[in-house]
Amino acid sequence: MNPQELLLWVRGTGLQLATAVCVLGMTYRLLHLALLGRKKNLAEARGSEWGPGLRTMWRRSFVLPELSARGKFTVVAGYTFHFGFFITLLFLSQHIAMLRAVLGFGWPALPHSAIEIAAILTLAAMIALLVHRYMDPVKRMLSGFEDYLTWLLTFLPLLSGFMLLHGIGPAYTQMLTLHLLSVELLLIAIPFTKLAHMLTTFSARWYNGAFAGYKGVKA
Amino acid sequence: MTTSLQGGINRMMEQIDGPIATFFSSCVHCGLCADACLFYTETQNPKYTPIHKLEPMRRLWQQEFTFWGKLMSRLGLSKPVTDAELAAWEPLVYDSCTMCGRCSLACPVGNDIVYMVRKMREGMVVSGHAPDDIKGATQRAIELGGPMGITFATLQAHIKHAEKETGLTIPVDQIGADYMMVLSSAEIADFSEIIPAVTRIFDHAKVSWTFASDGFEGTNSGMQLGSSDLAAELVGRLVKAAERLKVKYVISPECGHAYTALRWEGPNLIGRPYPFKVVHIIELLDELRAAGRLRTEGMDDTRLTFHDPCQMVRRGGVVEQPRKLLKQVASNFVEMPNPGVQNWCCGGGGGVSAIERAEPLRQVAFKRKKSQLDAINVNTIVTSCSNCRNVLQDGLEHYHMPQQVVGLTELIAEHLAEKK
Repeated sequence: MNPQELLLWVRGTGLQLATAVCVLGMTYRLLHLALLGRKKNLAEARGSEWGPGLRTMWRRSFVLPELSARGKFTVVAGYTFHFGFFITLLFLSQHIAMLRAVLGFGWPALPHSAIEIAAILTLAAMIALLVHRYMDPVKRMLSGFEDYLTWLLTFLPLLSGFMLLHGIGPAYTQMLTLHLLSVELLLIAIPFTKLAHMLTTFSARWYNGAFAGYKGVKA
Repeated sequence: MTTSLQGGINRMMEQIDGPIATFFSSCVHCGLCADACLFYTETQNPKYTPIHKLEPMRRLWQQEFTFWGKLMSRLGLSKPVTDAELAAWEPLVYDSCTMCGRCSLACPVGNDIVYMVRKMREGMVVSGHAPDDIKGATQRAIELGGPMGITFATLQAHIKHAEKETGLTIPVDQIGADYMMVLSSAEIADFSEIIPAVTRIFDHAKVSWTFASDGFEGTNSGMQLGSSDLAAELVGRLVKAAERLKVKYVISPECGHAYTALRWEGPNLIGRPYPFKVVHIIELLDELRAAGRLRTEGMDDTRLTFHDPCQMVRRGGVVEQPRKLLKQVASNFVEMPNPGVQNWCCGGGGGVSAIERAEPLRQVAFKRKKSQLDAINVNTIVTSCSNCRNVLQDGLEHYHMPQQVVGLTELIAEHLAEKK
């Protein structure tokens, strides 16, 4: 298989397979969590579950005001990385063109300079978070192999994409292949790792808000 | 109770329901819950990070509920949960967790960490790794009727004394009364002034009420231990008494965990809804106030604050009622920093105050409450939980602080308007 054929496979069958693993894997995972269920609450409710559950899915995005310096760093760098990642993913013209081919519709792209800033900030935030994970006693204690692996799997598509846009590294064909492969690795890893939090977080927040709401606690 | 490692592991596994599996799936190890826990903030020791207290349970989840975990486990490549590990975790799951629930409000992915701690304790106790002090308290409650060994005879002596003090008759075992009053052992032993206080308030507001000789103590150390069976036995006694007396309401005492046990866990522990309603004494007083049945006179001008008991507020939803009552009798009421659902725990909930070996750590954790109090310079702390009251008094004494601690019900009783 020459580099051209490899690229064709990676952007065709490879991407389809990775997407299928991600979608089916996450569907299975979410169904499994939902089917595990919970016991019916027999205590008389003071409030309700659905409203507070749905509210918490949104409101929990704003964390406690009272945070230590290490907490503030985590929040600021974490938000920068998440926002930057999604801006780069969803508003780069090449990404939109690819998604349009699959979805049949697209949306306006951001100028390359804006994507550039988002990508650099995201890469910087991710590196800072990695260093912090290793240096901060709490995070270091909590972290295992999977935390570093998922960091790497998230970092690689960003880095290879950045290199691709700037013509850094191998020839364009090989770099694009590497970029797509890194994306596929990330997609495959999502259902099997803590990256699943991209969807399970919303169920977790719902439960949290619903438990509090049932008791009439405005959490 | 027979205990074994495998029994404990099985029990812990049984506790992993949809919410717990979702919470473990969502944790990104950000460590933000550490900032919400007074045991971490005051010691800066990472081991007190709330989510870390669940590590053995997290591994069981990983090994049995995830693809890679199951695979590694079948290949013999996963790290099993051992007796030694659970023994090492006992002080984390009990001594340094008051089940205050502040971490559950802080977690950015939404994990209700204290929900998980409560469930993990179920496995810890079956594995034989629960503190002897809480086990002893539960055993006394089962055998004698209360965790401090208080029997109905002790309450009867207080009732007689209160009748003499107030000139009123205190109803006991009165079938058909509207309300059945429950107390905590700490109230009976240390703050028995609550008995004449409620007697006078209920007489003033014309509340039909009674004590039950076979269901008067609400502290549920079985729940703090993490033993649903024993917790159900304890709450079941109150239910049986309430059903025997055909009351419409059971009044939860000024005791945070009694309220959680009776109001929120009780029906789930006994496996059926109650035929009566449960109200916290402060909820009832506020209802009486709102209905114009609780008339007070005079204002206390002492500079005072209110300490929110975690189980009543953050885990119970009774937030505004004590403030409305306080404003009726106190002209110089100030809030602590972070009042209401964000309030910091006294450091003694969840059974921690019963664990003797945990006292030095509890006093270190109390520095968080101290800093809240130092910020507002009050003379009096009002609260509505007898355990908080004891822990606050201990901490104030330990740090040579001058404030006095007062129960809200007693404060209201002191200001009752004279009968016309």
